[in-house]
Amino acid sequence: MQNTVIELKELTRRYGDFTAVRSLNLSVHKGEIFGLLGPNGAGKSTTILMMLGLTEPSSGKALVAGLDPARNPLEVKRRVGYLPEDVGFYDNRTGLENLLYTGRLNGIPEKEAQARAHNLLKKVGLSDAAHKKTSTYSRGMRQRLGLADVLMKQPEIIILDEPTSGIDPQGLRFFLDLLRTLRKEEGLTILFSSHHLQQVEQVCDRVGLFVQGQLRACGSLQELSEQWLKRPNGALEEVYNCILAHQLETEKL
Amino acid sequence: MNTIKIPLPSSRPALGAGPFGAMIQKEMADHLRSWRFLLLLGLLVLTCLGSMYAALSSFSSLPPSELAKMEFFFLKLFSISDGSLPSYAIFIGFLGPLLGIALGFDAINSEHNNGTLSRLLSQPIYRDYVLHAKFLAALAISAILLFSLTIVVSGWGLLALGIPPGADEVLRILMFTLLTIAYISLWINLAILFSIVFRQTSASALGSLSVWLFFSVFFNMLIDVVAKHLAPKQFLSEAQAVAFQNFVLNLLRFNPIHLFNEATNIVLMPSVRSTGALTMEQISGTLPGALPVGQSLLMIGPQLTGLFASTIVLFALGYFLFMRREVRSR
Repeated sequence: MQNTVIELKELTRRYGDFTAVRSLNLSVHKGEIFGLLGPNGAGKSTTILMMLGLTEPSSGKALVAGLDPARNPLEVKRRVGYLPEDVGFYDNRTGLENLLYTGRLNGIPEKEAQARAHNLLKKVGLSDAAHKKTSTYSRGMRQRLGLADVLMKQPEIIILDEPTSGIDPQGLRFFLDLLRTLRKEEGLTILFSSHHLQQVEQVCDRVGLFVQGQLRACGSLQELSEQWLKRPNGALEEVYNCILAHQLETEKL
Repeated sequence: MNTIKIPLPSSRPALGAGPFGAMIQKEMADHLRSWRFLLLLGLLVLTCLGSMYAALSSFSSLPPSELAKMEFFFLKLFSISDGSLPSYAIFIGFLGPLLGIALGFDAINSEHNNGTLSRLLSQPIYRDYVLHAKFLAALAISAILLFSLTIVVSGWGLLALGIPPGADEVLRILMFTLLTIAYISLWINLAILFSIVFRQTSASALGSLSVWLFFSVFFNMLIDVVAKHLAPKQFLSEAQAVAFQNFVLNLLRFNPIHLFNEATNIVLMPSVRSTGALTMEQISGTLPGALPVGQSLLMIGPQLTGLFASTIVLFALGYFLFMRREVRSR
């Protein structure tokens, strides 16, 4: 279990005077669901972009599946699936066609891509909508199609950026269950960012808490509770509030 | 069970195969399915019909004695008109930029606005594949369109005139078509550049259209004003007048539309032997006659170089901006 698949060392990203991510150290183990938690603008998305080599760190280093995404982005992208926040599809194509296109971009043979796409559509509950244009899809359906799209390349790691925002509660439960099954059945490592405490609490093995570009706390819920609340089985919300209060105090000093 | 493992290619695969081929295919299919393409196709077909009609009616209005003296009969199909409508060459020169802009103005920003760009870039493809695929697909579409139009015009001309073109004329028509495609690729690159710079598709469309309008209308007016100011007021020798004329022409050549028109004239009218002004001394003793294809080609060398260079500059600028950009979702 303790096999590290994502490792960030002193990762920093500055935009002019503004530091979006500051000296971030983080490791994610193989086969776990890791939650990046923090308010909007805390630097979660920027961190994710650096993990994929979609933006370069100002200093520090990221290692994803043993590779440096700034140096070898193609190999990283071959192994890592990424679902951006508010994912988009080619609206004049059907859901199936969108998946097949992703298959082609990944160099998957046509026949295998067909089989995989149908299989995945079934898994995310979109078999009926496979031949409908994605312009007719609802937000929740898009999100599920996005997950299927990410899985087309059979990744080792999937990174989801705010995958749950804007889905209704029922869709949400389905989505989170899906993540759990994926982890259990395929042994996937899943990293997902969110600002919803409860969702993170429900599915994540370990959590990293982001405030203003810095990682304030990192560990399993149990560990965090003991560390910050000095008692076991505290809710994540309490921990979070405690950390924010602590942050405010240090700022005053 | 023995399974054969095929090693992944370590170097960059050939451009036509694999993911890149799939991207070009998709881009071309997108163009072909769009309403925009159908509209452009309709416009071009109308152009073709209109200018053919004008050319043929101008042929029939000429007295037979004139017609008998005419050289490069077939080539005239592309450049002659009875005055009611512009000739094919002028029409295409006018619509070409529009075609290029229409095929490129939303290349990058529409992907971004639909949220597909970050998904696309998280696939294992090189980032420049996106730009290359957009450009090559648009280029392929315009090449197919122009070649078909040329063939339609030639075929119709053949039926109407009953005179087959000579080898020289076929070569010149081919050169004209290639020249037009190169010219359109300049405008495609301009439009793609604007689609990288501007987030809104309407902004990039307006931007490219205003550049086109500037060069087709205002640039020449501007040069006119400048030339009037610079023109020597006193009496001047013939050599000075010619030098000044050529100076103004060189200013005009900063306009890609002017470059294209010059090159078109030389290619389609074999009797044109200079684009600039000549002194009487230079003209004296020359026999009026047509230039061979090779000589005409030599003459448009500078114009072609200018067009290609500006195309490459535009592409490089877009490439630079796009490769350095951080792509966030929507």
